[in-house]
Amino acid sequence: MPAPYYVSPEQIMQEKEDFARKGIEKAKEVIVLEYRDGILMVAENPLTTVFKISEIYDRIALAATGLYPDYEALRYAGIQGAEVKGFTFNREDVTARWLANQYSQQIGAIYRQPDAKPLEVELLLCEIREDSSSNNRIYHLSFDGTFWEDNEYTVIGGRADEIAGILEAEYSEGLDLSGALQLAARTFETIETEVDEVDRYQVTAETIEAAVLDETRNRRKFKRLLPDELSEILSA
Amino acid sequence: MVFSRADHRTSDFLEVLQRERPELLSRFGTPPLLDSPPANWKGQRMPTSSLTDLYDNLLEGTTILAAVYNEGVIIAGDRQATAGFQVGERRIRKVYEVDAYSAIAIAGVAGPAMEMAKLFQVQVEFYEKIEGSPLSLEGKANSLSNMVKSNLPMALQGLVVVPIFTGYDLKRKQGRIFKYDAIGGQYEESEYYATGSGGKDAQTTLKKLYSPDISREGVLKIVVEALWDAADEDVATGGPDFIREIFPTIKVIDSTGISDIPDSETKALYTELLERLHS
Repeated sequence: MPAPYYVSPEQIMQEKEDFARKGIEKAKEVIVLEYRDGILMVAENPLTTVFKISEIYDRIALAATGLYPDYEALRYAGIQGAEVKGFTFNREDVTARWLANQYSQQIGAIYRQPDAKPLEVELLLCEIREDSSSNNRIYHLSFDGTFWEDNEYTVIGGRADEIAGILEAEYSEGLDLSGALQLAARTFETIETEVDEVDRYQVTAETIEAAVLDETRNRRKFKRLLPDELSEILSA
Repeated sequence: MVFSRADHRTSDFLEVLQRERPELLSRFGTPPLLDSPPANWKGQRMPTSSLTDLYDNLLEGTTILAAVYNEGVIIAGDRQATAGFQVGERRIRKVYEVDAYSAIAIAGVAGPAMEMAKLFQVQVEFYEKIEGSPLSLEGKANSLSNMVKSNLPMALQGLVVVPIFTGYDLKRKQGRIFKYDAIGGQYEESEYYATGSGGKDAQTTLKKLYSPDISREGVLKIVVEALWDAADEDVATGGPDFIREIFPTIKVIDSTGISDIPDSETKALYTELLERLHS
């Protein structure tokens, strides 16, 4: 009987990392911006059936990119876990910090499993502040389960670094909703025309998906921006 | 939180709990705790004195009602819970927002009733988030029927929960009322309905004053009067409490969504009613 080939752990992990990175490099981007009344999430997404941004719980939303079945499974698990926890204890006990840790453990466990494919995902778990004495939270989760906290603005997806570079120069604190959405739209237009050298690219209500966590709303802070609202802001 | 198997994916929260946390549903769908249900838990023929004490100390929600008006539907309930011959709770809430276009009111034994309202709210919201679109109004009503049905073992022991479900049907562009019996039977009412211990009295008032195509202003007046009559005739139902500033909960649902009638407005409606009754 031939002996099984020996593959070093370094090589296994390197191959997994390469595999996951290759998947995410192709992924469309999602921009998340803090604005005056909360957190705005904008994705380039011409599809109306598959969402990249969704409501998880009262103050928590998930922006995801990568392989759809992978992040959809995570979205489902997040909603289910949050609802079960909130039903068992209390709604205020469901926090993004808890959920980010849960995701981290799940994603990390799958990444380390010898016979499993790593999840090709990048996530931003956003939580709007409870009141003026606390802060908004944006947790950035990677395909290997590591996560860190971002603030003000952040980007996931293939050209995340280039887009973050543009935002670094353009972003300012205290933008209102239309200001923040126009900034996101402009950024997408810049990256498409300048970096990718497309002749002319225009963001419209049909090419993007956008949602907010809005402090001024009641219990459920999440709201998807409807095509009419998007058109109105983008054409202003 | 566990990554659930793909074939375990469901938009039914009840199914999630049944699989993952059945102990949280112990109230719903468990076999009777007692061998022989007490024949009449309000008074006579109780098996033991301790059981009598137990039943006498349970809080019971009293009067709830709903009425359709020309732009939507209104749902209301008094604020008292009664334990035997005592006021158990003066500020209980029996009307709950379910989502932007529907509300539930509960009568019967307060503990399981409030738990059912909470579970129902999560059930509806869970579906909406997973599917990305809300359940139809009748879909919500049917799902509530299943919950009342699963309470049957408790109902057989006298621990009855009776909800009213109302909502604005965005497709039909009208307010709708669904009523339930103790074993989960579901019936639609096209005009008005009241239940709970003072339900019959409230219903009589609504019957006398209701007219089809009644306005929002008109329906608010008759709802307040119906609750007044229920409190007047039924000892368990609470009336407006001007000393403690406690007034019935009233919610209105129309094409723009659900909204609460603030206490200040309810107080003004009662002041007006009392003046009318006085003169």
